[in-house]
Amino acid sequence: MSNHHRPTIGRRRALVRAGGFGLAAILGAVAAREASATPESARDWLSALAKGEFKEGKVTIRAPEIAENGNAVPVTVSVDSEMTDGSYVKAIYVAADGNPNPGVAAFEFTPASGKAEVQLRIRMAQTQKVVAVAHMNDGSLFTASREVKVTIGGCGG
Amino acid sequence: MTNVLINAPKTARRGELIELKTLILHPMETGFRPGTNGGIIPRNIIQRFVATWNGTEIFSMDLSPAISANPFVSFFTVATESGRVAFRWSGDEGFLAEESVTIDVV
Repeated sequence: MSNHHRPTIGRRRALVRAGGFGLAAILGAVAAREASATPESARDWLSALAKGEFKEGKVTIRAPEIAENGNAVPVTVSVDSEMTDGSYVKAIYVAADGNPNPGVAAFEFTPASGKAEVQLRIRMAQTQKVVAVAHMNDGSLFTASREVKVTIGGCGG
Repeated sequence: MTNVLINAPKTARRGELIELKTLILHPMETGFRPGTNGGIIPRNIIQRFVATWNGTEIFSMDLSPAISANPFVSFFTVATESGRVAFRWSGDEGFLAEESVTIDVV
């Protein structure tokens, strides 16, 4: 960025500004390194727990569109299932792609659960997608994702 | 000591779908935050939560640093028989908390 064509900005001020940009760039790089999870690492984390092909559907994620406080974002994950001995949800895995680690939580259910729905509160470092995968008893996998905009990140850094 | 809040019905009809809500006081220290001395505050989280009904596991959860402090979780189960629903949280630094409620199924 050149300031040659802007004579109103003095040399000193230009230097201060350049320093400011440099600092912002360093802070940005640090923040980017801390928030290391990516959509790919979130998918890898989920694939390690649930092997197979993810199909869209059956899973519903309820979360606020905009979360003011990333320290505790209420999230509800529910899966459309009869929850009978013949057809039930074995597990639900939840990941987030903008936190230092992609993994959030894993839940196990039985036919006696009656309803495959769980409510929890998640920390979110920044605006990101929550991804849930449901593992059915027949081995099929269903997924859904939902973006949550975070105003103040919950990493406490 | 450990402080646990549990919201569960005292009675339920047989076969009724009931919601169990639990909250436990715990800092869920992520292991990513710098402390006052410049070092990183070591991770201290609850790793696992298990609910059993008369000894049979009905629900479990594996937690991570991405779970908020004072973990809250709500889930469902079908009331089958009167008895004790026990909740158990275990985690880093030998953390262990147990709490139970009795539910009458009529």
